[in-house]
Amino acid sequence: MTTATSTIQELANREYQHGFVTDIESESVPRGLNEDIIRLISAKKREPDWLLDWRLKAFRHWQTMEEPRWWPNLRIGPIDYQDIIYYSAPKPKKKLNSLDEVDPELRRTFEKLGISLDEQKRLAGVAVDAVFDSVSVATTFKKTLAEHGIIFCSFSEAVREHPALVRKYLGSVVPYNDNFFAALNSAVFSDGSFCYIPKGVRCPMELSTYFRINSAGTGQFERTLIIAEEGSYVSYLEGCTAPMRDENQLHAAVVELIAVGERAEIKYSTVQNWYPGDKEGRGGIYNFVTKRGACRGVGSKISWTQVETGSAITWKYPSVILQGDNSIGEFYSVALTNHKQQADTGTKMIHIGKNTRSTIVSKGISAGNGQNTYRGLVKVLKGATGARNYSQCDSLLLGDRCGAHTFPYIEVKNSTAKVEHEASTSKIGEDQIFYCKQRGLSTEDAVNMIVNGFCKQVFLNLPMEFAVEAQKLLGVSLEGSVG
Amino acid sequence: MTEVMERQNTYLAAFERLERELAAAGTPALHRLRKAAAARFAELGFPGPRDEEWRFTPIAPLARIPFEPAPHDRMNGSCSFRIPPLPKGVIVCRLSEAMHKHAALIEQHLARYADWKKHPFVALNTAFVCDGVFVYVPRGIVLEEPLFLDFHAGKDDDGRVWHYRSLVLLGENSQVTLVDNYSGPMECTYFSNAVTEIVVGPGAIVDHYKLQREGDRAFHLAVMQVQIGRAANFSSHAITQGGQWVRNEINAVFENEGGECTLNGLYQANGEQLVDNHTLIDHAHPHCASHELYKGILDGKARGVFNGKIYVRQDAQRTDAKQTNQTLLLSDDATINTKPQLEIYADDVKCTHGATVGQLDAESLFYLRSRGVGLAEARSLLTYAFANDIVSRIKVASVREELERSLLQAHHLPAVDAGEEDA
Amino acid sequence: MLEIKNLHARVEDKEILRGVNLLVKAGEVHAIMGENGSGKSTLAGVLAGRDAYEVTEGEVRFDGKNLLELDPEERAREGIFLAFQYPVEIPGVSNTYFLKAAVNAIRQHRGLPEYDAREFLKLVREKMRLIHMSEDLLKRPVNEGFSGGEKKRNEIFQMAVLDPRLAILDETDSGLDIDALKAVADGVNALRSPDRAIIVITHYQRLLNYIVPDQVHVLMRGRIVKSGGKELALELEEKGYKWLEASVREPQPV
Repeated sequence: MTTATSTIQELANREYQHGFVTDIESESVPRGLNEDIIRLISAKKREPDWLLDWRLKAFRHWQTMEEPRWWPNLRIGPIDYQDIIYYSAPKPKKKLNSLDEVDPELRRTFEKLGISLDEQKRLAGVAVDAVFDSVSVATTFKKTLAEHGIIFCSFSEAVREHPALVRKYLGSVVPYNDNFFAALNSAVFSDGSFCYIPKGVRCPMELSTYFRINSAGTGQFERTLIIAEEGSYVSYLEGCTAPMRDENQLHAAVVELIAVGERAEIKYSTVQNWYPGDKEGRGGIYNFVTKRGACRGVGSKISWTQVETGSAITWKYPSVILQGDNSIGEFYSVALTNHKQQADTGTKMIHIGKNTRSTIVSKGISAGNGQNTYRGLVKVLKGATGARNYSQCDSLLLGDRCGAHTFPYIEVKNSTAKVEHEASTSKIGEDQIFYCKQRGLSTEDAVNMIVNGFCKQVFLNLPMEFAVEAQKLLGVSLEGSVG
Repeated sequence: MTEVMERQNTYLAAFERLERELAAAGTPALHRLRKAAAARFAELGFPGPRDEEWRFTPIAPLARIPFEPAPHDRMNGSCSFRIPPLPKGVIVCRLSEAMHKHAALIEQHLARYADWKKHPFVALNTAFVCDGVFVYVPRGIVLEEPLFLDFHAGKDDDGRVWHYRSLVLLGENSQVTLVDNYSGPMECTYFSNAVTEIVVGPGAIVDHYKLQREGDRAFHLAVMQVQIGRAANFSSHAITQGGQWVRNEINAVFENEGGECTLNGLYQANGEQLVDNHTLIDHAHPHCASHELYKGILDGKARGVFNGKIYVRQDAQRTDAKQTNQTLLLSDDATINTKPQLEIYADDVKCTHGATVGQLDAESLFYLRSRGVGLAEARSLLTYAFANDIVSRIKVASVREELERSLLQAHHLPAVDAGEEDA
Repeated sequence: MLEIKNLHARVEDKEILRGVNLLVKAGEVHAIMGENGSGKSTLAGVLAGRDAYEVTEGEVRFDGKNLLELDPEERAREGIFLAFQYPVEIPGVSNTYFLKAAVNAIRQHRGLPEYDAREFLKLVREKMRLIHMSEDLLKRPVNEGFSGGEKKRNEIFQMAVLDPRLAILDETDSGLDIDALKAVADGVNALRSPDRAIIVITHYQRLLNYIVPDQVHVLMRGRIVKSGGKELALELEEKGYKWLEASVREPQPV
């Protein structure tokens, strides 16, 4: 809690805190997209032929696809796909043999973002894969994890070192032709994280990836693949930031989670703070992401938790396909839009197996001219006897120029299923604020406290360290929205 | 697709054929409206599967059949009224009659509210507008007895479409209760394409009941457009029982402050019936309240669609909106698609919506059984109770009692004695 | 401690307070009685700084400071506490968390070091015993799902923790059964001290059986029309408010 005494005006002008640019020599492919670019990216990464073929297949399919017809309430400028640099990487000074050899400039960049690549300095409970523009620059704690049989490395490394695993699971949850942005990602994805948790292993630390966009004019297209075998457990976190720029930058990632065996459990948390653009809506990241998990094992579980405060436009629906009987899907989300940000986010829970259960808790906060949409699907297929879903979507409005929208789709084809959906929209009450002020709190603190209380159900599902981060982030993002 | 195009042409060809005949009904201005609407229908065509508003309601079964317009001189038999003695100034008559006798009122209001420029079926109805019902209640007049309006297809209407049209105008502080009843023969395949426009003047009260008991093979598409004036009160109860392919649309707009709108509905479907309820409440002004409760019971291979939107515009502060959709699935082959939506652009609002889909509550079933009620009867009782929640809200005693009786019968339950109810 | 002179206030276009004069000294308990609509809650709201009310005339001094130019939180930090007639629910924020933020904001204002978790807990425990609050109410979100009695008791508990100079109890007795009423009154009595003044706003005399006031004032149509000792409350209980109607037009007692 800060006892802010600054005037509202001052607060409104406070800048995005991660908006700096790192001055580093980088190596990029030419602007634009064609088969040669894809071959070039693949060659740079010394990929096997099967992967290049897969990319090309995706690219050819992408060319036949139409850009999604945006939902009517989403306003978006045109994207010129030939005006994007699809691959950019900091030029390596020499081959890295250990973490100590990471370019000091990059190391400083991540330190500045609060991500230490030094294993000693780092909280012992978290291993990090740091991705800078198109490539992974460092992964910590690999050795410790390897002792447990856990593979945690960059996607490129996984392709080289564990091709069989990658080949088996890549595209198995999000096929290359799934949607426009997934197809684009499949064609041009550059790096990302890979993790594999063997049978019966509880991952001893949090795994995390930190994504940083740095170069101008580039897009970021990373790909994450997490595989959990029978009886294993992993908690994975991702964080994202980008410099402030006047033009929009595209981020189109794909995340695939596979809970393969019985009782396998994957918990995936995101704190997304891409540059949101300025107060007038100039610049910012277009965050168009496909995230999906498959609960294949009996009693397996996938849980998505997201705190979305950044990006000019967020368009993502982390989903769970509940195939295994008794499997569980969860989605906890806080999405905040301020200034001219737009968020259209939610989840899909597809119930296929018997007695599958899903829970959805979505909290949308709209301030300034922000527009916040929850869009979700709960689908119960015919065979999903005994399926259960509970959804709760609440929206909080601050100010009179923002909007909150709720579009839940519910489709049930089994009579034993039970689906419940509740939603509410309300304004932060004047009486709530006055009550807090009467007890001595400032307006800013009162609003922060009420907003954090509103989001509590979701924060409880974040790993401790991230929860604190998320609370702070929410406070910073809301500054200047109260008048 | 080409098949659908051809069917669209069937309607347009019929329009050309009947144009002269239609022109005789009503003023030249009215006929210009028909021509414009026919042209608009030609442009719009039938909605496609990619149209978000029609996503779960396939249009093909309807478009496949080349319905011919029912001869309009037969409208006599298809629209009839049962009305109490009316105070001076109140008009309840056939629309065809009103087109001549009250041309000014008709021109001022007809087709001004239901959006024929956007909605293909409203355009189609408007192209063929010639008869239906006209109700006018002047300022300050309160009709205590309900008006019963019947829309009835006949035995020789197989393969025909009826474009029923109603216009209801309520002056300031007036009040009316309307009971619309749609029915037709079991063995005929016919299409009721109804459009109703209701203007609720300032402080006026409209209580609307719709009983849809079409034949088993009927197609029924009804669009009701309601304009709610300052501090006016509109309530609707839509009971859907018949038809093989049914779509009800209600669009209510608050045209000024302080209005209240209640939309309740009950849909019961079995066999291969498709029942789609689309509602939109447009909170365009501050301090308005809306309450919506739609309940469905789906059995056999029935498919249900519920799409309820609450739209709160930027200026509509102090909106209080509550929407609930509950569906009981009684069989494994029944399906429901429900989409309750809130679209909110104002900040000082209280809006909630909820949807539940499921079976009868296991705990209640157990409770009844532990008191000695057999499983089958316990199920019937709970299903009846689920539906009766809507029926019991009906204020017109004769309608409520009849529906209660038919509900009890449908669930093989004994009739309720008057004495029991009091006790 | 508190000096109100010729206070006029309105809501929108309606004038509610029409020249209130009141002097409250440290250590005193004043009761303000009146019928619904007489302006009692408006007076409480104006003192705490609710912005729905517009002060059109008059002044309010608190320990010599011009109270009316302070924000609500500044008034709270100066030591004014309002026990709400309808305490507000804040979902997701626990009572303890809320109070700690409030206590530290006030301490900071007074130039005292902020309490850490241990010190705060000690304070809370001590006050809990004083008010007979159960511990589970502390962990629950502020007022959410509380019964009427629990909400009112929670207000008095907050008062105990925040240690105000002047406490204003706005119809704290409304909606309480006799047991809850006694519990709340016991709490208030435990907080009486020579340094603290208390204003009890109520419709009924009942509460004053338990919280015995030094002075009783009758508010009618926005003015104090009669003041007296604790017997005045009993007289009002017996005769109602009607007999005072005539005095509305008479000059105010000072």
